[in-house]
Amino acid sequence: MTTVLEVDHLSVVFGANRVLRDLSFRVAEGECLAVIGPNGSGKTVLFKALIGALPLSGRIAWAPSVTIGYVPQKLDIERDLPITGSDFLRAKTTVAKSPQEEIGRIVELVNLSQEAVRQPIGTLSGGQFQRLLLAFALLGRPQVLLFDEPTAGVDEPGEEAIYTMLRRLQKEQRLTLLLISHELSLVYRYATSVLCLSRWRTCFGAPVDILTPERLREVYGTETRFHIHDGISG
Amino acid sequence: MTASPVSDLALPAAMSIAAGLVGCFAVMRRMTLAADAISHVALPGIGLALALHLHPVAGGLAALLCGTVLIWALEHKTGIPTETIIGVVFSVALAVGSMLTSGEELIEALFGAPQSMGRLETLLGLAGALLVIGFVLRARERLVIALVSPDLARTVGIDVAHLDLLFLLAFALTVALGLRYLGVLLMGSLLIIPAATAKHLATSLKGMLLVATSVAALATALGLIAAQYLHVETGPLIIAVAGSMFFVSLLRRRVA
Repeated sequence: MTTVLEVDHLSVVFGANRVLRDLSFRVAEGECLAVIGPNGSGKTVLFKALIGALPLSGRIAWAPSVTIGYVPQKLDIERDLPITGSDFLRAKTTVAKSPQEEIGRIVELVNLSQEAVRQPIGTLSGGQFQRLLLAFALLGRPQVLLFDEPTAGVDEPGEEAIYTMLRRLQKEQRLTLLLISHELSLVYRYATSVLCLSRWRTCFGAPVDILTPERLREVYGTETRFHIHDGISG
Repeated sequence: MTASPVSDLALPAAMSIAAGLVGCFAVMRRMTLAADAISHVALPGIGLALALHLHPVAGGLAALLCGTVLIWALEHKTGIPTETIIGVVFSVALAVGSMLTSGEELIEALFGAPQSMGRLETLLGLAGALLVIGFVLRARERLVIALVSPDLARTVGIDVAHLDLLFLLAFALTVALGLRYLGVLLMGSLLIIPAATAKHLATSLKGMLLVATSVAALATALGLIAAQYLHVETGPLIIAVAGSMFFVSLLRRRVA
């Protein structure tokens, strides 16, 4: 299987604080990598390093001419910013040189109403804004999607719908997914590999090997349990 | 050799449209105070140009471009917020500028004193305004994405640092274009007030750009015309008209 991303000995330092230390992993095409770990363990910092937004040491190698879509966890948008969802999405198609007609299909795919797309982005609800960010990321048919907390601000039926849609895209477009998630039961169901980050240790492997009570205790520093839908608890 | 009355009108019109467009992105990028301060960086250049018997606007433009590159480089090298760096550079520029300029020249540099301009100056001014207008219209999608999130911009292949520099240079050039009419102290206001008015009234990017350019052009035209009849300085009048439009926009918003 083609390797999409290779990370070797990645370290990120903020002043005296080393947030990521000597991190190495590989992601293959079509894979779903879930990044887990407690707050402050450097999950979002890892994503920012992967998109080239932070100074780092080590090596990050994306496959040649790979296109990336990124959905950040949170953006600080002024309520009265006169930019509509439509302005925002059209800006992406213009810059990415993708057809404008794609907007309608993607907006429908992420289940965002036309009315919401016409509103200024600062007036959208948390869930609507996250769907807009997802639509922005999916325009231009990216080969890799980096998704920081896919279900933050989304209600439970919405959560399931987002994961189902991501899985469908993975199959249809051979989309490679990198997710940051606190929803360990969803990680268990959807991820093909798991990268765990913590102050104590990092680990990388298949969900069945990583999401064990012992490993989770090591990662989170406390007893961590999650519910698996077939009734087994980890 | 002086320009025709038509070119005398074309330059302020082009300058005010450029100011309206650049101002929109300055206001949306939350650069309101910083943007006003950048314009003051022109003062030492004007002072130096007058001392050396050179064209004051050329001196102002040179100082603005150097100041802008300095602000951009310091921000990217040190990571100190733009506002802090602009605050420091602005204060030093104002202090040095006041020492180099004196008396009536200082008042003219601060508040503007439009006179009939030579054809070359008018043509250069028009070319500069068209350059700024062309840049903002061509780069508006990249500017929108970068202001919503620099991280998202990077994933679309936008060089955010390069775009920041181009935007700051467009800002500096626009300030230089208006130095004759509004002076160092007031030109920043023509960038900010029409854009702030538009931000109150518009609900889309196109609407904001249209309202801001209309307010800037109307305020400049009314200011220039009224100054001739009232025999007062043009710069303060233009800003007073723009300011009135801003307050009217607040009332209208409240009614709506």
